[in-house]
Amino acid sequence: MDVQAAKMVGAGIACIALVGAGIGIGNVFGSYLSGALRNPGAAATQTTNLLLGFALCEATGLFGLVIALIILFT
Amino acid sequence: MALNPMEQFAIKPLVEAPLFQIGGHPIYFTNQALLMVIVVIASSLFLTLAVKPNRLVPTRGQSMAEMSYEFVANMIHSATGEDGLKFFPFVFTLFIFVLCSNFFGMVPGSFTVTSQIAVTFALACLVVGLVIVVGFMKHGIGFLKLFVPHAPWYLLILLIPIEVISFLTRPISLSVRLFANMLAGHTMLAVFAGFVVSLGAAGGIFMGVALAPLLLIVAIMLLELLVAFLQAYVFAILTCIYLNEALHLHDHH
Repeated sequence: MDVQAAKMVGAGIACIALVGAGIGIGNVFGSYLSGALRNPGAAATQTTNLLLGFALCEATGLFGLVIALIILFT
Repeated sequence: MALNPMEQFAIKPLVEAPLFQIGGHPIYFTNQALLMVIVVIASSLFLTLAVKPNRLVPTRGQSMAEMSYEFVANMIHSATGEDGLKFFPFVFTLFIFVLCSNFFGMVPGSFTVTSQIAVTFALACLVVGLVIVVGFMKHGIGFLKLFVPHAPWYLLILLIPIEVISFLTRPISLSVRLFANMLAGHTMLAVFAGFVVSLGAAGGIFMGVALAPLLLIVAIMLLELLVAFLQAYVFAILTCIYLNEALHLHDHH
């Protein structure tokens, strides 16, 4: 396999990190919804935690994407 | 692909001649420097002029400035408690700078300052440096207790290296989080814009199909506006959380 093809394959593999981010974001919102439906009174107080969890989750997946971009463009 | 999606992140000098030299390296006035100057001037002008009339019943601009002030003050108070409020100017400046850079970057054709790892890494190093300085000033050498959690001694052998590593990777995770979000968002927008251009160039039936990615861009733009705010918020709240650890070590207030 020549280097260019190996780079492409590597970048593709690095994007698998986004699977984890998808699962994580689903978990964050799913858990929030199930909690919010059980106790709607407390739901509004937890929106900052929800957004924080979402942003932190999304970022871990994007680390993988950055690796892919570094492989492709350097 | 007709367009290179990474082209928008290229840093170009706006003035041919370098401004000055540091140790033989020429320093240019680039498009990034221009955007940073615009962000700083625009945000400070807005925040000072909006509260200038100082009315009891605020205008729209004044209430925007006051709401952002209260928003950050509440955030610091909930994350660090009463004695964290003396870091309000630092956190507020950081929040407004990152927020305005993200929002100015969303204007088509402009440049996103926070999509450069150099900028975000410098900001993150500033935060972590401040945390270290504050921690040592407040607790002296006792600040090192930050790395020793409450646990049995045989777990500490494992936990202390983990705590040290997690502290040392903070500047990296803090900067890469912001940088990667901005980079990924803008790259995605550029890739979809490339679809519109190449479908439109194909002509015929493809002109109609080109409408789909165009509508998708509008939707992604909305998502990116949310992400732009959210990342500024996360950056500021993580700063508060780190400051809280430096101020209070492990005791919860």
